[in-house]
Amino acid sequence: MIDESTTNSEVVLEVEDLVVHYELKNETVKAVNGVSFSLTKGRSIGLVGETGAGKTTTALAIMNLVPKPPGVIKSGTIDVCGYKMLELKPKQLEKIRGKEISMIFQDPMTSLNPVIPVGDQIAESVRLHENVSASQAYDRAVEMLELVGIPGERAGEYPHQFSGGMRQRVLIAIALACNPRILIADEPTTALDVTIQAQVLNMINDLKKKFGTALIMITHDLGVVAKMCDDVAVMYAGRIVEKGTLEDVFNDTKHPYTEGLFNSLPDISKKGTDLKPIPGQIADPTRLPEGCAFAPRCRYATDACREKPPTIHQISPTHFVECTAYDDPGFHIEGWQNHG
Amino acid sequence: MGDTILEVRNLKKYFKSPRGMVHAVDGVQFSIERGQTLGVVGESGCGKSTLGRCILRLIEPTEGEVIFEGRDICKLNKRELKELRKDMQIIFQDPFSSLNPRKTVLEIISEPIIFNKLMKGASKAEIENRVLELMDTVGIAERLINSYPHELDGGRRQRIGIARALAMNPKFIVCDEPVSALDVSIQAQILNLLKKLQKEMGLTYMFITHDLAVVHYFSNDIIVMYLGQIVEKAPSEILFNNPLHPYTKALLSAILVPKVGGNKDSIQLRGEVTSPIDPPDECRFAKRCDYRCEACEAGNPPLLEVEPNHFVACHCIKPGENLLKEREGYVSAG
Amino acid sequence: MSREQMTAVTQKQGQSATLASRRYKKKSGFVESWNRLKTNPGAMFGLIVLIIMVLLMIYSFLFITKDDVMAINSGNRFKPPSAQHPFGTDSMGRDLFKRTIYGTRYSLTVGFFSVAFGFIVGVFFGTIAGYFGGWVEEIIMRVSDVMASIPGMLLGMVIVAVMGPSFLNLLLAIGISNISGFVRMARASVLSVKGSEFVEAARAIGMSEMRIAFSQVLPNSLSPLIVTATARIATSVLAAAGLSFIGFGVPVPLPEWGALISDGRSYLSLAPHLTLFPGIFIMLVTFACSLLGDGLRDALDPKLKQ
Repeated sequence: MIDESTTNSEVVLEVEDLVVHYELKNETVKAVNGVSFSLTKGRSIGLVGETGAGKTTTALAIMNLVPKPPGVIKSGTIDVCGYKMLELKPKQLEKIRGKEISMIFQDPMTSLNPVIPVGDQIAESVRLHENVSASQAYDRAVEMLELVGIPGERAGEYPHQFSGGMRQRVLIAIALACNPRILIADEPTTALDVTIQAQVLNMINDLKKKFGTALIMITHDLGVVAKMCDDVAVMYAGRIVEKGTLEDVFNDTKHPYTEGLFNSLPDISKKGTDLKPIPGQIADPTRLPEGCAFAPRCRYATDACREKPPTIHQISPTHFVECTAYDDPGFHIEGWQNHG
Repeated sequence: MGDTILEVRNLKKYFKSPRGMVHAVDGVQFSIERGQTLGVVGESGCGKSTLGRCILRLIEPTEGEVIFEGRDICKLNKRELKELRKDMQIIFQDPFSSLNPRKTVLEIISEPIIFNKLMKGASKAEIENRVLELMDTVGIAERLINSYPHELDGGRRQRIGIARALAMNPKFIVCDEPVSALDVSIQAQILNLLKKLQKEMGLTYMFITHDLAVVHYFSNDIIVMYLGQIVEKAPSEILFNNPLHPYTKALLSAILVPKVGGNKDSIQLRGEVTSPIDPPDECRFAKRCDYRCEACEAGNPPLLEVEPNHFVACHCIKPGENLLKEREGYVSAG
Repeated sequence: MSREQMTAVTQKQGQSATLASRRYKKKSGFVESWNRLKTNPGAMFGLIVLIIMVLLMIYSFLFITKDDVMAINSGNRFKPPSAQHPFGTDSMGRDLFKRTIYGTRYSLTVGFFSVAFGFIVGVFFGTIAGYFGGWVEEIIMRVSDVMASIPGMLLGMVIVAVMGPSFLNLLLAIGISNISGFVRMARASVLSVKGSEFVEAARAIGMSEMRIAFSQVLPNSLSPLIVTATARIATSVLAAAGLSFIGFGVPVPLPEWGALISDGRSYLSLAPHLTLFPGIFIMLVTFACSLLGDGLRDALDPKLKQ
């Protein structure tokens, strides 16, 4: 699949056919089942999905941080700025993590070391990757704090002295301290209040523009995607079911799951219309069916959908959807009920 | 229309802490009509969860009255309160910790019935049939009757919580963030279920949440809380179309709409939430408010009805007079 | 639907159809735990050893009389292990094998009952302390602290010195020394569970605090307590042996294992088998209890696994 959006600029990340399973004593969790996408410099892509979609596992795999037992990378290649992440040795990976690619996790409460002042935690990242003196690293740490909106004087304080939103900013400062080309943000604002979320997301956007960082935004919130992302990949049961630019996926929705997600959201501009939820339960990654994993919940599903893996259709140079229903050229989904 | 089922007057809950007195709920006043839903929104620390529990007397209020169907429940003794428990129930946020891990679905749902002797003299089979009926109402398959909570997913667990709340045939249910811990597609299922139950059983809800889109969808009236106080109260359409309090405006502007280009820059609030410990006698939002003036430090603003059914607690907004409108130009220029 | 109508409808339905709860069997937590325990080799070894010990004890009740164990036979002294006397004979010519097997009565009963005593008393007070807090907690915990600060052996010696050496006093002494550990554990366990929302839910249906403490909270705190109890059996057996060794346990001629070791102490070079066999038995029981305790910890809380 050649993604036209990437041919003219520098590609910083290329994921191909990634398959990651967790092999437990009694069962195997098929977390990621053939994910491919790429990211260009300065652009942001949203990985959208619910629990069990495989978003976090994909992100961990990109950093080669999947816990090795029980995680197994069954196949796939990951190329970060030319480095083949799945083939490098641990020592080489350590050089790349933090320098070329960084990640911030969901819970700011537990991601910071409680006994080390925040300035030192930022400086640590600088010292690991750049050949500078301790005081230079500390200066850079203070600079980064200012950049994320925390007064530099607070560099000597400990994590518990900051609120949730500020701790998340500290994490962003650590992640961006060495100016990585790619930032992965795994649900960075889910644990934060709405007004703080707005502040943090605005800040990430500003920094992204300033440094030209490419961003992978993992989230279940379509509002966050609309604000932050240029491209979108919708995931279900470890596969990308729809992929395209923001306009493609939001304004020209093709996949029934994506349609269902939009229909599950209350629309502020239209009160009173009943929500049209997706029936049934989320697919169990230990018991995935032969055909399309979404078929049991899909109102357009046909026998062909249940029997074989879904076909990939290209709607436009940038827009792809994985859905057997589109084998029939006349097929189309009904569109959002709540789309305004 | 007035069939007021619940009226809360000057409700306060203070907690002692090593650093002083925490004003978790500080003088809250509102009423709910039978069959309606009151939405309660606010961010962390605003006191909404504490408020919900005080209304049920799961936490003892420090001061104030909670009048349910004409009786002040704060004045009831233990026996009378136990009787009342059948009419007022609660659905919790976390479907993982709100169910006893050692009990089966059958035991969890039948417990309120058995404990309160609601089906006196009924046989085991009769009680079980009542449980099956409840399970069917909330959409849990019969075959799960002997399952344990850890064998089921979040959506099903939440349904068990709802069935348990319904077991005693209550009239009023406090829903404390009932869908916040669920996936989006499951959230919508549960919201639809709650709406259906309200229609069929004539339930009254107090719906506590931080999610503004959900509260707009679900509520008739909404109260916005900040640091233990109500800053604005209005029917939901009016609140969303014409928010008056600066905090409400900031909150609404922070909502991220799932539409391309639908998110203009939000109003950035200054600083962080101030402390609920021994708060000074002034408008608690003043320090973060773009429109503040000297008047804002003159004591706590009262909640006034500035338009029909629309209440605001702000020194600068009074019936017929909105000083903030003049300052709006001043603020956006500055 | 009113409550009266509800009762009437379900009374009708109730008469037909088999109970759904019979059709869909409950997956017993006990059976699941047992299945998990089976896969742990150490725990199974421990369990088998303990079962053998109990069988030996039953054997001793049926086939070994006090006479067998006490009768002095000066012609037979210090015989090494042979077919007739599998463990040899002691300084009074008595068959060590019979004496050792007879000794299971003391060790196993002390082990089990002293722990049961400490468990029941300790968990009761620990639960109350943890659940209710306030001055109740203060009083219980301070008393428990005082008890904990007295070494078990010392307490045993004091009790026996005051009340005279007897098997029952030994049991009491070790039982009392077991209490404070359980008080502390039960309190900690309860503290971690009592803030859970299902406790609030129980309150919301009108349950009293006392009832919530024992019917909702305690069952959820039991796993670590059971594990500790099993491990405690080992230490209690050791404590009993220790007290008997120094003469403060079971009255002298009775063949408690510690007493047997004490007897054989003076003859180590002449007849090492006198200390060896009882020592091995003590070691086996202690080891078995530890292994079983570890296995139980993993088997009882499956949610921790995944």
